[in-house]
Amino acid sequence: MEFAELIKTPRVDNVVLHRPFYPAVEGTLCLTGHHLILSSRQDNTEELWLLHSNIDAIDKRFVGSLGTIIIKCKDFRIIQLDIPGMEECLNIASSIEALSTLDSITLMYPFFYRPMFEVIEDGWHSFLPEQEFELYSAATSEWRLSYVNKEFAVCPSYPPIVIVPKSIDDEALRKVATFRHGGRFPVLSYYHKKNGMVIMRSGQPLTGTNGRRCKEDEKLINATLRAGKRGYVIDTRPLNVAQQARAKGGGFEQEAHYPQWRRIHKSIERYHILQESLIKLVEACNEQTHNMDRWLSKLEASNWLTHIKEILTAACLAAQCIDREGASILIHGTEGIDSTLQVTSLAQIILEPRSRTIRGFEALIEREWLQAGHPFQQRCAQSAYCASKQKWEAPVFLLFLDCVWQILRQFPCSFEFNERFLIVLFEHAYASQFGTFLGNNESERCKLKLQQKTMSLWSWVNRPSELSKFTNPLFETNNLVIWPSVAPQSLQLWEGVFLRWNRTSKYLDEAYEEMVNIIEYNKELQAKVNILRRQLAELETEDGTPDSP
Amino acid sequence: MEHIRTTKVEQVKVLDRFSTGNKSLTGTLYLTATHLLFIDAHQKETWILHHHIASVEKLALTTTGCPLVIQCKNFRIVHFIVPRERDCHDIYNSLLQLSKQAKYEDLYAFSYNPKQNDSEQLQGWQLIDLAEEYERMGLPNTHWQLSDANREYKICETYPRELYVPRIASKPIIVGSSKFRSKGRFPVLSYYHQDKEAAICRCSQPLSGFSARCLEDEHLLQAISKANPVNRYMYVMDTRPKLNAMANRAAGKGYENEDNYSNIRFQFVGIENIHVMRSSLQKLLEVSGTKGLTVNDFYSGLESSGWLRHIKAVMDAAIFLAKAIMVENASVLVHCSDGWDRTSQVCSLGSLLLDSYYRTIKGFMVLIEKDWISFGHKFSERCGHLDGDPKEVSPVFAQFLECVWHLTEQFPQAFEFNEAFLLQIHEHIHSCQFGNFIGNCQKEREELKLKEKTYSLWPFLLEDQKKYLNPLYSSKSQKFTVLEPNTISFNFKFWRNMYHQFDRTLHPRQSIFNIIMNMNEQNQQLQKDIQDLESKIKQRKNKQTDGVLTKELLNSVHPESPTLKTSLCFKEQTLLPVNDTLRTIEGSSPADNRYSEYAEEFSKSEPAVVSLEYGVARMTC
Repeated sequence: MEFAELIKTPRVDNVVLHRPFYPAVEGTLCLTGHHLILSSRQDNTEELWLLHSNIDAIDKRFVGSLGTIIIKCKDFRIIQLDIPGMEECLNIASSIEALSTLDSITLMYPFFYRPMFEVIEDGWHSFLPEQEFELYSAATSEWRLSYVNKEFAVCPSYPPIVIVPKSIDDEALRKVATFRHGGRFPVLSYYHKKNGMVIMRSGQPLTGTNGRRCKEDEKLINATLRAGKRGYVIDTRPLNVAQQARAKGGGFEQEAHYPQWRRIHKSIERYHILQESLIKLVEACNEQTHNMDRWLSKLEASNWLTHIKEILTAACLAAQCIDREGASILIHGTEGIDSTLQVTSLAQIILEPRSRTIRGFEALIEREWLQAGHPFQQRCAQSAYCASKQKWEAPVFLLFLDCVWQILRQFPCSFEFNERFLIVLFEHAYASQFGTFLGNNESERCKLKLQQKTMSLWSWVNRPSELSKFTNPLFETNNLVIWPSVAPQSLQLWEGVFLRWNRTSKYLDEAYEEMVNIIEYNKELQAKVNILRRQLAELETEDGTPDSP
Repeated sequence: MEHIRTTKVEQVKVLDRFSTGNKSLTGTLYLTATHLLFIDAHQKETWILHHHIASVEKLALTTTGCPLVIQCKNFRIVHFIVPRERDCHDIYNSLLQLSKQAKYEDLYAFSYNPKQNDSEQLQGWQLIDLAEEYERMGLPNTHWQLSDANREYKICETYPRELYVPRIASKPIIVGSSKFRSKGRFPVLSYYHQDKEAAICRCSQPLSGFSARCLEDEHLLQAISKANPVNRYMYVMDTRPKLNAMANRAAGKGYENEDNYSNIRFQFVGIENIHVMRSSLQKLLEVSGTKGLTVNDFYSGLESSGWLRHIKAVMDAAIFLAKAIMVENASVLVHCSDGWDRTSQVCSLGSLLLDSYYRTIKGFMVLIEKDWISFGHKFSERCGHLDGDPKEVSPVFAQFLECVWHLTEQFPQAFEFNEAFLLQIHEHIHSCQFGNFIGNCQKEREELKLKEKTYSLWPFLLEDQKKYLNPLYSSKSQKFTVLEPNTISFNFKFWRNMYHQFDRTLHPRQSIFNIIMNMNEQNQQLQKDIQDLESKIKQRKNKQTDGVLTKELLNSVHPESPTLKTSLCFKEQTLLPVNDTLRTIEGSSPADNRYSEYAEEFSKSEPAVVSLEYGVARMTC
């Protein structure tokens, strides 16, 4: 298919762009296969350069022959284009609609994007499972890499390489896979070096109504327990949902068959409930005329912060089991690709200092989200404005990022990255020139040949010039476990994302600049003092007479 | 001391306020004439000033002892368990007596002695001089003059002696107007904007009833508009909801009839009265104090308390006032009913938006002295300093502080002071440790001889200035740089550090603010070090040039010795004044955080780590 077929009017003059907090600009609107561009005629500067895939919904209306298109983006921005001429406006609108909802992944921008920067490090090879495993293998020999899923045959949503207990062979893994939802047999998610406890994750056990059991499954997870120790299974569904799942062939670990494991149900919402929550929240934030009562009631009704609290609570519980109780845990919900990953990844943020560094966080996203098979393509297909709600759309990843932001706010010096980094990840998960978040799992990414055909987000992010923007000036390594507060009074609306387009942040940005200046100045002064001290000491030894005060 | 029967109780437990389990700390409780003191097993002290106690409650006896719950005006809540009921009863009775004094003379300020001599004490009181402040505004001038009409408090008992009025307003007009205004609080100047030549004036409601009028009052208002050479019309802001103002007419009070006053534009702004505000705060505290609070309950409680709505209303009124002056160049007369609550809020907040001086530490003190203390905001009644009518208590001044806090959040670089400064002031309006906020008007304060018998708070705050400085403050802004806050609802947030100041587990575990503040201080020290080092090096070099011949020879022969190098490295490390305390990580206990009811899952009990902070008195005791 040629993009040209979809673009009936590639160019319109005298288009006026309206954005909140900016004066209106008049310019020429151009449509390309992947972008909507508006450049003002004065000095041919681009005022707007928008990826079609970032467009969530459009509205059009007419007053006489003047058409107006309102574009609502997946990053929650709303802009307005006034287009003279009804035909032009209709053409533009239908082109945008078609181009922003392309069916085929291979038509997406990442397959066409040619980087304008020199690739220093290929992000596709930055976080290989083998390297990640090396970090563990120095501390423990109880685990091994398994290639049982090399052809994606055992579990379609798992990567080719997973970490499993050394004592369990591939044959057993194949059997366990038949007993777990989606073939997602328990694998290692995190190894806590401090005490050797682990987080494992999986899909639900397929016990069904007649209490089916699987010896290999029991053996596998028991293999992770020390003699005489008990472990915890954290089920991210409420008990009744887990019980109902048995009717559909699913279920949960029965005490009788897993006597060494205690099961805790920690309910975390999924799917459309989350999507609706997001829609309501964004709607509340966009309404500028709400009085106080209406704002607060809408904020409450969105339930967004309730979900944040739920997720953080479950993650803290998991971290607590590991660090305080000295117990290993297995986490799953139904499929083990949404709430499960929120909990395992956040628990690592709490427990593991490395995951709070930039590279460590990237590795975490690579391991716990991309390789672990979170279906980004489905979940992030649409955002808060789209009318056609599909049940597989859900802001699971955004909720995770929001939770990280909440912890970052409470421990502002313990993270190497800043809020900007989290926002960039949110943006790229929904619309990007990079291939990283395309596809739903490694198997799909492999088939799409993303490594060969697209650029990795990490190749761009990890360049020094970009990294400096994402670096937290306050960072100082903190090797402790960090326990966030989950009280409602301690949680806040993530303004940087949800109010980003609804208010000016000029004064806050300036204050941030000033803070950076103070820190930079401090470093400079310290360096200078050190140089002077050295100079003085040299002079003193030359003199042979130390300065007596 | 006659109220104290038991001075010391051992084996007292303090329960964590939010813990759903029975996490507690054990220690000893002491009762002194001024404070309740708890010292836990780690020797950590919690001081509670008797005047800070808002309520004491004895709950039903439990197996572990007798629970005693103390709620403080600074929003600290402490839950003691006293092993023996008799001790509990004694303490309870003592606190009831000690926290509610009948006479001003029994307040802490009259016995508090910071070891200053008389002249220091007097100097302290003279630190804030309102005459100087009016001078700073450029008064008197051709349009405004100091009136001696109230020199003996004859016209209005609750006003200060010194008042600025339009030059053309004669004494009979002032007297006439004062008779037409509630409590004699006739229109006077609160702030003069030199650039715009416009004034903020304040008064109480007119006694207009349904039809009464007063020519002198009409004249006085006209004089105020005439004192503005640029704009002939003036705004009259009635800060009450229209309904309340209308209801007042039945009692012979009310609001200005636009037909009777020439050149006025009348405007209601709808701030609720002290009773609504009191119960609103009550509801807010109930919500925020709930154990196991859910997010939804928190926000629906926040909404139904109406607290943020009230804060927004005050802010909107102040913005209206500031705009009238900045955009329309018009003078504004502000009143409510008596003109000492909402009027003080709006006048002071409006001035703070207009004039950057009030955003400095000293300027903020001046603002409080002027619009709150001198114009007769009834601090003692509103804060319940004495055992009086509970219906007179209301968080009007606290709302003003909260509005200022919201401004500091929106404009992080516009204020010289920080949040701690606001919290400290709030602490002291209730502490009765200093004389400033005792009494309800200047006349009463003079009668109490506060300046001789008590100390002023301001010099103590100034002395401790370092703690209250905003490290991001940018002083470059011009005097009349106006703040234009955005009052979209989402800009108003629950002030956690006020209402949960003592619930440390709810706070961020690392404070950017403290780090930057310390770094700023450190930078100053480093600058000094650099100067020192540079001058020392210069001296050395001068010395060396004297004996340069011999030295140079030596230098070329002897390279730096390795021992020297190592010692330098060592030096560098130890000399770096990296302040470890800056980066201490707190909150390393999951037990602090009520993740939920999973406690029974775990057998191990966590060491209790409730952190109780020092009480207010520590600063100066």
